[in-house]
Amino acid sequence: MSSNLEQLYQQIILDHAKERHGAGLLEHDGEGIVGESHQLNPVCGDEITLRAVVKDGGLRSVSWDGAGCAISMASASVLTDLMVGLRRDEVIALVDTFREVMRSRGKLEADEEVLGDAAAFSGVSRYPARVKCAMLAWVALEESLLAANH
Amino acid sequence: MTLASTLPSLPGTEGPLTNAEVLRIRNDFPILGTVVNGKPLVYLDSGATSQNPSSVLEAEQEFYEQRNAAVHRGAHHLAVEATDAYEDARTAVAGFIGARAGELVWTSNATEAINLLAYSMSNASAGRGGEAARRFALAPGDRIVVTEMEHHANLIPWQELASRTGAELRFIPVGDDGALRLEEAAALLTPATRVLAFTHASNVLGTINPVHELVRLARNVGALTVLDACQSVPHLPIDVKALDVDFLAFSGHKMLGPTGIGALYGRAELLNAMPPFLTGGSMITTVSMERAEYLPSPNRFEAGTQRISQAIALGAAANYLAETGMHRIEAWEAALGERLVQGLSGIEGIRVLGPAAGTGRIGLASFDVDGVHAHDVGQFLDDRGIAVRVGHHCAQPLHRRLGLAATTRASAYLYNTTDEVDYFLEAVSGVRSFFGVR
Repeated sequence: MSSNLEQLYQQIILDHAKERHGAGLLEHDGEGIVGESHQLNPVCGDEITLRAVVKDGGLRSVSWDGAGCAISMASASVLTDLMVGLRRDEVIALVDTFREVMRSRGKLEADEEVLGDAAAFSGVSRYPARVKCAMLAWVALEESLLAANH
Repeated sequence: MTLASTLPSLPGTEGPLTNAEVLRIRNDFPILGTVVNGKPLVYLDSGATSQNPSSVLEAEQEFYEQRNAAVHRGAHHLAVEATDAYEDARTAVAGFIGARAGELVWTSNATEAINLLAYSMSNASAGRGGEAARRFALAPGDRIVVTEMEHHANLIPWQELASRTGAELRFIPVGDDGALRLEEAAALLTPATRVLAFTHASNVLGTINPVHELVRLARNVGALTVLDACQSVPHLPIDVKALDVDFLAFSGHKMLGPTGIGALYGRAELLNAMPPFLTGGSMITTVSMERAEYLPSPNRFEAGTQRISQAIALGAAANYLAETGMHRIEAWEAALGERLVQGLSGIEGIRVLGPAAGTGRIGLASFDVDGVHAHDVGQFLDDRGIAVRVGHHCAQPLHRRLGLAATTRASAYLYNTTDEVDYFLEAVSGVRSFFGVR
């Protein structure tokens, strides 16, 4: 089996693609402010609806509903684990860091200390056609935060 | 029509291409020697775009090196040479589909060809073109009929035309077997129907539609027929007179030609009665500050400087296909297609879309892999050097009808071998275990 392909589809990604942490939109229990975003990749039809709840300047919960490839679904799952409990500015900084790695065409290796399981997506940056898949949930979270701000 | 088809039956000029011939054909296509991820390229995406033989690449280069000039204007040597080559290409491509040169309008691609028609009808609906163009005018109460298996290129231009004119858009549904529900077509094609636009062969299902039956139904109610032949002109022998359609659109890049060139065939009396779509230079007779008179077809639809090198290269592509023999190509691809469909159907967890193997279908197979998204299937195959198409193939309504968001499509052409198909099938059989689905 090819090492390139295994670098792209690391076991951690395949596991998250199946487990899908955060899948299933949570009903809002009234605590905090809800922001929601729907993102669609028209090229492949991958889509996600992500709901973020912000309370006291922190991300209280993330839940989502989506359909798509292993990369996009695993990315949403990893993001859920990574982000819940962080302050808003920390979330935004992590999204920026992740985006920078994704756009690096393989030049940047993600720091596992910073990005946790999301570091497993470093290999995606070598496949420009798949960067959008990895970014889908992250863009949705970014927009959800903006929506919660208004 | 073609040299090959008028020859007496010599050995090797009938029946499908042989393996030895396909190997020789492959040598004509420089790109087929490409290595991808350390593996020989297996190109199974000709349904999206085909590759070019050297004769096509050389025709384009030779034009730029020896004849480059604007056509239909200027009296100098190069202008004459360029115009001759450009019009010879039109004759070659028109002849390839059984049409006359005057019945073939160059466009950028099939999408533009269909839009040209829809916008011309839109202009007729606004009163342009006078009495002669009234048969193209639509109004509330009129009906346009398409099918549920259309590529977006043969759907959205009609949606837009319906919106602009107030006509209603209806569609012939697709059955579970991947064929059109003809029994519903008859009821849909009421006397209010002015246009029936449908695909000759589905780019997703591979289904070859019953053109004669549909044309007969349309004729009965006086509707114009528009055939999307993108997936048939490159792969099947086509004679527009035998098909008896009013219009037919196809793209050059799917039939060994370059990108940026396609064509709209139309019956001469229809084209000459249609108001123009794009206007400007090269399509007029006399122009005043207030108004203009237009040339007859095809020039009336070819405003501005044309895609000259592309047209010439497409002429070379049509000649290459004609010399190889479209009946032989059709038979070879039917065999490859059957191998694809049968092989895929035998793999656990694979659902092949469209009609069963051996029934009227072109040499492609779209499929769903249970538990693995099409994008991931495509990535897995790319790692093995195999190029396929993934996604909704510009046919979202059809995918919705099938209950799928995205599928994987392998599409064969004259240069694909049975070994390549077998290599592809073996790769597909490893997809689900790689992604841990079983």
